[in-house]
Amino acid sequence: MTRLFISRDSTALSLGAEQVAKAIQEQTDQQGLDVQIVRNGSRGLFWLEPLIEVETPAGRIAYGPVQPESVASLLECGLLEGKSHPLCLGNIEELPYFKSQNRLTFARVGLTDPVNLNDYLAHDGYRGLKNALNMSQTDIVKQVTDSGLRGRGGAAFPTGIKWNTVLNAQAEQKYIVCNADEGDSGTFSDRMIMEGDPFVLIEGMTIAGLAVGATQGYIYLRIEYPHAKVALNQAIAAAYQNGYLGENIQGSGKTFHLEVRSGAGAYICGEETSLLESLEGKRGLVRFKPPLPAIVGLFGKPTIVNNVISLASIPVILDKGGEYYRDYGMGRSRGTLPLQLAGNIKHPGLFEVAFGMTLRELLYDYGGGSASGRPIRAVQVGGPLGAYLHEGQFDTPLDYEAFAAISAVLGHGGIVVHDDTVNMADMARYAMEFCVEESCGKCTPCRIGSTRGVEVIDRIVNDVQKDKNTVLLRDLCDTMVYGSLCAMGGMTPYPVLSSLNHFPEDFGLQPAAKA
Amino acid sequence: MQDYQSQKPIVLDILDAHRTMPGNLLPILHGIQDTLGYIPSAAVEDIAKALYLSKAEVHGVISFYHYFRTTPPGKHTIRICRAESCQAMNSKALENHAKQTLGIDFHETTADEHFSLEPVYCLGNCACSPSMTIDNEVYGRVTPEKFDQLVAACKGAK
Repeated sequence: MTRLFISRDSTALSLGAEQVAKAIQEQTDQQGLDVQIVRNGSRGLFWLEPLIEVETPAGRIAYGPVQPESVASLLECGLLEGKSHPLCLGNIEELPYFKSQNRLTFARVGLTDPVNLNDYLAHDGYRGLKNALNMSQTDIVKQVTDSGLRGRGGAAFPTGIKWNTVLNAQAEQKYIVCNADEGDSGTFSDRMIMEGDPFVLIEGMTIAGLAVGATQGYIYLRIEYPHAKVALNQAIAAAYQNGYLGENIQGSGKTFHLEVRSGAGAYICGEETSLLESLEGKRGLVRFKPPLPAIVGLFGKPTIVNNVISLASIPVILDKGGEYYRDYGMGRSRGTLPLQLAGNIKHPGLFEVAFGMTLRELLYDYGGGSASGRPIRAVQVGGPLGAYLHEGQFDTPLDYEAFAAISAVLGHGGIVVHDDTVNMADMARYAMEFCVEESCGKCTPCRIGSTRGVEVIDRIVNDVQKDKNTVLLRDLCDTMVYGSLCAMGGMTPYPVLSSLNHFPEDFGLQPAAKA
Repeated sequence: MQDYQSQKPIVLDILDAHRTMPGNLLPILHGIQDTLGYIPSAAVEDIAKALYLSKAEVHGVISFYHYFRTTPPGKHTIRICRAESCQAMNSKALENHAKQTLGIDFHETTADEHFSLEPVYCLGNCACSPSMTIDNEVYGRVTPEKFDQLVAACKGAK
């Protein structure tokens, strides 16, 4: 029997992977060929999807991008033996884009059947939990602290410190909440983990529960990810059936329950306190801090709120030790960051690498430049609240502190590329417009400031008292940065001001000398 | 619009099924919208009563979240991504094409009740922008031509 792999990842499906799998199944059935089609996660080389991999003695040989019309000729050329064909890419793991990565968190994504527990176990799955079950709570938290892991949702807060706060909080009930409300444009790493290796997230959350004494977990999943919901629920059911969730986990006497909850299309619910309000069944209004969610979180109880990637990085840390993870990276940015190349880029995809690579290497050496073939003009890193970078800043290393030093953020690792046809005044206006649309409305700078921001940008662009309104826009941004309750209003000025500062000509202003 | 009396038993069943669940309002609203296609305004009173909330609180939650709707959708809901990554791949042209072809704006439903058009801010399909969904299916690298094919296929599958 030959094993073929065709992805069930949303992006692969969005390009026709389902039709390809169907065509293969039909034609191999007709020809009486003995094949098993495994629906794996995606390797994240999205310009090659839909991708078919065939298991051979020489490794997994890949073909792509495949459309249903190519299936007949692929089979004829010897697809099942990994033979040559114009679409043949060779061993997938030897492709430079894949080989140059440090896949710690994404080790299994694309390799295994995401919802097959045995496959997970056969590929080092649940080794972290096994270790954790033999450790004290303090020791588990210490491993996480030693790893140097910082919150991958965007705020980069040290995960170990957060866990320690919840560990030390006294309460009869504590919670683990996974923030899977991945709303930033240009990001899809959470989705890929949940669709491509849901067990790693479940294992990470279970370890978090053991570490701080929480018996209930929730995954707050955005409604825009229906395929992730299916995969998570399949994996959760398998974990319950096999004693990896529920009462008495693997005979340890420990309990951890896990449930997926759907969001309802509000970007602000990616903010942790708004998310907690939403989980409690309320409008997603941001809470004042303090108290921190680690002390007064879900239903008023101590709660760990971590991003998907943070939690999915826990199993490898507990398996191989905090030091192993910490040995990757630079400065205070330890470990790896799964970067996501999106927008106008030739080779879009998931690229997990140790901190320290420059943006330029990523954009050109791996990303291959723009998809349109035109010069790259602006790159937004870190989602809709991240700054736009110009060409002169592309040598900045991917590191939290290096980005902060140029008034930018790495955020959740999303990188959206724009070519030279982009109008940056339009992008600045859109940033304000998005804030109007998504503000929770609790604080004035965000709620009103964003509306005024759209108006002021319109006046600048339409040449109405240009200089005066430019001063006003800067003043407004200042108020939003320092006066907003959360990052929504507080960081919307990042894309606005970076557009204004780096691309003033798009606002009809004098070009400035670029730093 | 349908008579609420015929929908009421469904709403009450959903309320009953979630009675003991902590933080149950969003799961209840999802349950109703998944079953009926929208949340009838008349259901607000029943939801409020079952959860010991005021009608204003329930209405406030429904209106806060973009996904919840209080009017019946068309047979198919098309969501077009407006976020940055899709903009970088000319989603504005796709957006305009869709509005023109369907003859409706965002948040509207075609006269034949076949399609509702909604904006969405990121589908996590940013590696293959521009993206859109029809019901639960995601489509990547959508050109105006591909949009026409997908819409035609939907109509064909009446």
